[in-house]
Amino acid sequence: MSTDLGLPGLRSGTELVPTTDQPQTGKDFTSDQEVRWCPGCGDYAVLKAVQSFLPDLGLRRENIVFVSGIGCSSRFPYYLDTYGMHSIHGRAPSIATGIATAREDLSVWVVTGDGDALSIGGNHLIHALRRNVNMTILLFNNRIYGLTKGQYSPTSETGKITKSTPMGSLDHPFNPVSLALGAEASFVARTIDSDRKHLTQVLAAAAAHRGTSLVEIYQNCPIFNDGAFDAIKSPDTKADAIIPLVHGEPVTFGARLEDGRGAKALVRDTATGGVKVVATADVAAGDILVHDAHNEDPSTAFAISRLTAADYLDQSPIGIFRQVERPTYDDAAREQVAAATPASASPGDDDTADRAARLAALIGGGDTWTIL
Amino acid sequence: MTQPAKQVKQLDRVIIRFAGDSGDGMQLTGDRFTQETAAFGNDLVTLPNFPAEIRAPQGTLPGVSSFQVHFADHDILTAGDTPDVLVAMNPAALRANLGDLHRGATIIVDTHDFTARNLTKAGYTENPLENDSLAEYALHTVDLTGMTVEAVKEFGLSRKDASRAKNMFALGLLSWMYGRPGESTIDFLSRKFAKVPDIRDANVAAFKAGWNFGETTEAFAVQYEVKPAVLPPGTYRNITGNLALAYGLVAGGVQSGLPVFLGTYPITPASDILHELSKHKSFGVTTFQAEDEIAGVGAAIGASYAGHLGVTSTSGPGVALKSEAIGLAVMTELPLVVIDVQRGGPSTGLPTKTEQADLLQAMFGRNGEAPVPIVAPQSPGDCFAAAVEATRIAVTYRTPVLLLSDGYLANGSEPWRVPTIDELPVIDPDFATEKNHGSGEDAEFWPYLRDEKTLARPWAIPGTPGLEHRIGGLEKGDGHGNISYDPANHDFMVRTRQAKVDRIAESIPLVEVDDPSGEAKVLVLGWGSTYGPIGAGVRRVRKAGYHVAQAHLRHLNPFPSNLGEVLEGYDKVLVPEMNLGQLSLLLRAEYLVDAVGYNHVRGLPLKATDLAHAIGELVGQAEGVDVELGVWGEPTQKEHI
Repeated sequence: MSTDLGLPGLRSGTELVPTTDQPQTGKDFTSDQEVRWCPGCGDYAVLKAVQSFLPDLGLRRENIVFVSGIGCSSRFPYYLDTYGMHSIHGRAPSIATGIATAREDLSVWVVTGDGDALSIGGNHLIHALRRNVNMTILLFNNRIYGLTKGQYSPTSETGKITKSTPMGSLDHPFNPVSLALGAEASFVARTIDSDRKHLTQVLAAAAAHRGTSLVEIYQNCPIFNDGAFDAIKSPDTKADAIIPLVHGEPVTFGARLEDGRGAKALVRDTATGGVKVVATADVAAGDILVHDAHNEDPSTAFAISRLTAADYLDQSPIGIFRQVERPTYDDAAREQVAAATPASASPGDDDTADRAARLAALIGGGDTWTIL
Repeated sequence: MTQPAKQVKQLDRVIIRFAGDSGDGMQLTGDRFTQETAAFGNDLVTLPNFPAEIRAPQGTLPGVSSFQVHFADHDILTAGDTPDVLVAMNPAALRANLGDLHRGATIIVDTHDFTARNLTKAGYTENPLENDSLAEYALHTVDLTGMTVEAVKEFGLSRKDASRAKNMFALGLLSWMYGRPGESTIDFLSRKFAKVPDIRDANVAAFKAGWNFGETTEAFAVQYEVKPAVLPPGTYRNITGNLALAYGLVAGGVQSGLPVFLGTYPITPASDILHELSKHKSFGVTTFQAEDEIAGVGAAIGASYAGHLGVTSTSGPGVALKSEAIGLAVMTELPLVVIDVQRGGPSTGLPTKTEQADLLQAMFGRNGEAPVPIVAPQSPGDCFAAAVEATRIAVTYRTPVLLLSDGYLANGSEPWRVPTIDELPVIDPDFATEKNHGSGEDAEFWPYLRDEKTLARPWAIPGTPGLEHRIGGLEKGDGHGNISYDPANHDFMVRTRQAKVDRIAESIPLVEVDDPSGEAKVLVLGWGSTYGPIGAGVRRVRKAGYHVAQAHLRHLNPFPSNLGEVLEGYDKVLVPEMNLGQLSLLLRAEYLVDAVGYNHVRGLPLKATDLAHAIGELVGQAEGVDVELGVWGEPTQKEHI
């Protein structure tokens, strides 16, 4: 699996995590706990993909930590034989921030859902993204509350009939990718639970990214919101529904033309400053938008994210929207501590005596007087 | 220069209150006077009191800020009930503080601000300096501002900038009056304003002009002397509670060998702990200013999971927000130090005022049976030892610990005997490194297999090979730690978490009772910052010839193991608190003792005089006598409190 980000001098997300020479398989990452999601749940596919993908990282298993909040997807850490914490509702990004800041030698993952990350934990999500803490956030979006048995979520389409909204939900939904880009996230991607290959590619790029990687995973809930992603999964409709984003490639989709391009293309909309869908045949090849995930300016990525259907999901850009280099909070925090620490107390040294002497100097400092 | 020799009068103690507008620099003035007093060797206690608004409307009563310092030639316990000297920089400062003075107290006012407009703002219909309303006091009217402007005119400052040095003029005058050494203040001003020489020179000039004014003017005929106090041997420094607490956390990190991780959100009156710890990265301290209270504690829990000493600091409203996360730390049994610098509540309450009304929140403020050990410091300097003790319990027992400081301890100061490092406990994190269940091929790591003595679970941090495990907020199966919904297991685990906290009592000292005569029938039992007023009140009652015992609790959960026995030994137990009886409630529930409450929630420390009367009354009831406290019940210059 390539971890080349195509950017010069960029440190990898797992650069400081110890690696292993021992061959690993998905089984090594499978815990002894029985998986307890509903039959047909999209979470199974993601779990399988993650278990098969983790060996590709070549990291020592004990240096991987999965943190989750509350919700169906947040049971994830119990099923992985790594270090893990199933925490409290919405707070996983803050707990992961503490772990990632404390330890540079850990690969930190957050597993969350649309309710956990965008409702109760919305604040922590946006602040993790703006700080750019080195961690990968997998946001399972099934557009419904599963664990509490079927209330609408912050990504449900307006008008959704649920147990709590018999006459239809009133709230306008969040678009997680737009939200992340608005928070100036340095890595934002979207993928689909059932597309193992694409999901794995995105996971690899997300793990390799140094900073907060936000991966929205469309995930079907067969019990409370079955079929929410049918348009992008059905062989009959998916070509028209999925707008594939590949860095450096012109963005076209829909039925294949003779030259291999899709019948529909993205071009800049000079009237709005955004991006719009046109018939590929109607525009010059040079006018078709070439996807640039590495653009420092997130405006175009945001414009692309706005092409996601807000109601029934019959159109959605899929792929890596944005992947840029930006200083990470945790690296910078550790650098400040290192810069302030005397050379005599470099990490790994036994500096107990030195620290005790400095503590004595600290507490005995200021204006003192002695009584004999 | 020959001056007429001024009379020098000996005093054993003095209480001075500096009061002015929030922008007049009264906190700085008080702090400098305190440093001079500490350097001189008096015992001292301070009480800053300021509005929550950063700049309340100028000249108004809500905008008044004050700083009280009590210093003496002997060991004292409180900042004093009633000031002997009030320095009032404007009409509002006079009006807001006059009611606290005793008859005959000295008042020094800056006449400059006694304009019709300012008098009206302060609610005066006529100028109190010009009628006889202050006849009972020793009033000195001085144009402090005018003389300051005159003294600094050579530096070419605007009139506004020049007049801002008036607090230093006032400080100079008071420093002369009480024979304070001024060198440290001149050094301080030179450092603080090193980059703005004209401001520096103006402040130094104003300070010296105030000193010289006292020395030369006939208005101040007497200079006072308060001799240095005799304190136990050692190296001392003046310290506030928040500073001592921050140092205690640094010490906890050094003594445990753990890097300290503070996850926090700014809140009055706890923010200075963040400010201070952010300066000590050289000790491996990381400070994380989170997006909210919950993220602060969340990150601290994450850091603890990763093998750091997770700490979060806040005040009452923040503890409310952190409750669920503290419950997670109870369930996951991770070390966590939670600092609550209590303030007036409920809700936003009185952000800059003190109170002790979070005890029951600390004790019970979580869902489910979620026991958390509680420790409380009893004085500003004691915040250091309390923080080290909280760290010891958190690390040794793998548990969140609540440390209950308060606004008075946080901002108040006292001379503190600096401990030597070998006086501090060594704290062993004892990380798990080996599998602990089964053997050979079948060996496993069980994260909830407990230490028999402490009932603490093993702390295995990420990066430790072979000990990969998952923890979380769901109920754990005994030993193996996997999710368990088994009824018997839940009952067992709930009782075990409680037993673990109860067992901490085996590692804490017995409560010591101060009962010099051994004949007391009344015990006064307190916790936290009421130590000073209780001690002062008890001394007054004893001076008047009565027997009374005193004890103070460092540990509120669990209680020291001899507490029940101690309580049984007295006919009556008085529990003074700055709440409506929270410790009383716990004592009644635990020991069926008929605790008598003495409760005030005025946002200010309890008054020793009032307490002395309350104690006296109870002593009278217990012994069937009429208690007459006499002069010891009233505040005078003579008494030793």
